[in-house]
Amino acid sequence: MIKKTFLKIYDTDIGYSFCNSKIAIISSSVFFIIFLCSFFAGIVAPYNPFDPANVSLMDAFTPPIWSDGGNPSFFLGTDQQGRDMFSTMIYGSRISLIVGFASIIFAMILGVFLGVTAGYIGGRYEIIVMRITDVQLTIPTILMALLVDGIARAIISRSMHDEMAIYVLIFAIGISEWPQFARVTRASTLVEKNKEYVSASRIIGLSNVLIMFKHILPNILRPILVIATIGLALAIITESTLSFLGVGVPPTTPSLGTLIRFGNNFLFSGEWWITFFPAIFLVILALSINLLGDWMRDALNPKLKKR
Amino acid sequence: MSLLEIKNLNISYRTRKETIVASSDVNFVLERGEILGIVGESGSGKSTIANAIINLIDPPGEITSGLIKIDGNELQNNEEIIQKIRGKKIGFVFQDPQTSLNPLFKIKDQLIETIQTHLNLSYEEALKKSINLLKEVGIDNAEKRIEDYPHQFSGGMRQRVVIALAISCEPDLIIADEPTTALDVSIQYQILELLKELTKKRNLGVIIITHDMGVIAETTNKVIVMRHGLIVEQGNTRDLLTNPKSNEARSLVISVPPTNKKIHRFKLISPEGIEITSNSANLTKSIIKTWGIREHGNQKLLKLTNITKIFDDRSLSYSKNLNDDKLIKAVNNVSFELFEGETLGLVGESGSGKSTIAKIITGLVRPTEGEIEYNSFSLYNQKKKYQIQNSRGQIQMIFQDPYSSLNPRFKVKDIIEEPLKFFQKNISKENLNQSVFDLIDIVGMTRQSLERYPHEFSGGQRQRISIARALATRPRLLICDEPTSALDVSIQAQILNLLKDIQDELHLTMLFISHDLPVIRQMCNRIVVLKNGKVCETNETESLFNNPDHDYTKELIKLMPKIESLI
Repeated sequence: MIKKTFLKIYDTDIGYSFCNSKIAIISSSVFFIIFLCSFFAGIVAPYNPFDPANVSLMDAFTPPIWSDGGNPSFFLGTDQQGRDMFSTMIYGSRISLIVGFASIIFAMILGVFLGVTAGYIGGRYEIIVMRITDVQLTIPTILMALLVDGIARAIISRSMHDEMAIYVLIFAIGISEWPQFARVTRASTLVEKNKEYVSASRIIGLSNVLIMFKHILPNILRPILVIATIGLALAIITESTLSFLGVGVPPTTPSLGTLIRFGNNFLFSGEWWITFFPAIFLVILALSINLLGDWMRDALNPKLKKR
Repeated sequence: MSLLEIKNLNISYRTRKETIVASSDVNFVLERGEILGIVGESGSGKSTIANAIINLIDPPGEITSGLIKIDGNELQNNEEIIQKIRGKKIGFVFQDPQTSLNPLFKIKDQLIETIQTHLNLSYEEALKKSINLLKEVGIDNAEKRIEDYPHQFSGGMRQRVVIALAISCEPDLIIADEPTTALDVSIQYQILELLKELTKKRNLGVIIITHDMGVIAETTNKVIVMRHGLIVEQGNTRDLLTNPKSNEARSLVISVPPTNKKIHRFKLISPEGIEITSNSANLTKSIIKTWGIREHGNQKLLKLTNITKIFDDRSLSYSKNLNDDKLIKAVNNVSFELFEGETLGLVGESGSGKSTIAKIITGLVRPTEGEIEYNSFSLYNQKKKYQIQNSRGQIQMIFQDPYSSLNPRFKVKDIIEEPLKFFQKNISKENLNQSVFDLIDIVGMTRQSLERYPHEFSGGQRQRISIARALATRPRLLICDEPTSALDVSIQAQILNLLKDIQDELHLTMLFISHDLPVIRQMCNRIVVLKNGKVCETNETESLFNNPDHDYTKELIKLMPKIESLI
């Protein structure tokens, strides 16, 4: 049964391309390992770093297992509060991935909706949507996110702030990523719109909504999928940057960016591992997603199709 | 010694899943002063042979064995000789004149570059030669036009420039791959005449690859018929066309629509050589039961009055004044009527506004001016908005390109079901399935095909699916916009037969749009001739072909390539 499914996947062009690309196999395995680890963080991580009962200040600043003074129970060492580095990273990557996925889905829904409607309806609506997109693209992501964060701080009461921080972050990153989706979706919609199957649907009398989302949308999913993958890596990095700057998630539920920020303070006093491991972890995560996106872009591009 | 000799040529494309044999054991000889035609259905390996001669086969294709000799020199696998010979001894004319010239260079530069690469001439000599070449291919005012860029030439003129380029180095062999497919009838005639004349004057050998039997009949001396990479028959053009021996050649010749008479149905020949006479009439009975028989007297179904369409590019210079001469009117003051039960043909060259009229009738494009009445209801309201409820989905259309007219993400079943569900909201699952089965039976496809996706079918099969979809709404008026121009002749004959059967059984009214006069003659009762958006002439089919009234109609009928010219 499994063998049959595998052969069926291998028979498709995309499956074949995947099985013959070392980069795709390695990067997707790395990504899925990280993804599974963070999903099952409670099982995988040896400690729960957010449970005060588990943390002892006595263990603070334990170096990794292979250097002098290493403790076998914390193999990547501990941070300034005595939390196990490995466990904090796993829990941290969970926050990073949640924010990354949620914000890219938010950006995708917004961007694809505006892109398809702009491309299909055209006229004044298209001009307005696309000019908003252009303006949005001139504002740097970080600046936009800081702006949203600032507004959110002003609106939301202080006590609610920590609770709402993650949603604000998702909104801030999503709002600065949607123009990519809108542009690509609109361009693809313009191509599909002129194909005869769309004319045929119009002659039958189908409503515009049905034509846009039932007929056109499934035909333009490929480029959207590629941008979503590359965008996911970008969103994770943006989240880390914001957390590093201190406007991201609160320190009580640290993400990878927050961990790097904490560790940064101890870099010059010799406790390099506190910042080094989360940073490397972030690089591996972002790189694997990016390489996967690169492969997908080539594999889904009919012009670059290799035999 | 013959000019070109091909011996046991085998070419195959090795892909991941299979090895496709594009040509196997191809043998032929071409002498100077001869024009050789290669015909065959799409995918039969015509172009592959042409590309093999100039060593332009795209990977993963490769010549696996065989010899290609020019003047006794072997060409294959010798990059040095091929370099010298390609361009100098062989000239190549491509199908699409829009893309075969570099748009960034003047005609002058393109000609001179080619000449200087192959002949040892100074710039002035090369320039002089270029001007003479342009004169030879019939470009007026060559001294001045040589300074122009390709976009300043029309399609026919550009093809002349391409031919000038092909003969610029005094080649012995010209290969023309579908040289006139992208051109209109009158320009096609001129280009073919030019090729014939050059062949005689310069004693060239010419290979013309085409799917148009009329072109073969009027220009070539020898013909090769190909199928699945094999030469099934070759010989003298007259003998082959009048007395084809192989089934493939017979099928090709017999399915060409005759230009000089109207026939009831196209004859078809199966691959085994047996004539196919069955039609789908018996299959349609069940659907007629559910639809009921439609009464039709000779009443007026569609009436177009003074339709004008200006494509408004919303530039600043756009003026609302319809009498402005600078405005390009895609459709200019067109009026005609369509009576129930008849087939009306719309004929014209590219850019004559045929498709725009179809789009206006179906509501895809709004007319700038004019009235359309369907069954005495106006199709456009005061604000020029399309009133689909006034036609109640009774107008359907079949499109030209079978590859883009079906949604690639839908199964065939979903494609046919969609309009059924749309028009009969409370249809039961049983009735829905029965209707889908009826429709797929009518168009002559198996019920198994319902579960497959469009990309698994050939062009002709897709066109059948397209017809099934159009029939699903139970149309009264079926608009066919060049339904067969992307198909091979034998498939074309099948589809045209199918359309005729459907019309007979379901009492449809048809608007048949085509640039192909023989096809129009076979399909239509009356014909409207269009030129540059204007109606030239409207008449009954036979009187139009026998006594054309308008000069333009006369020219079109005179110039269309006729397969009968030899018989």
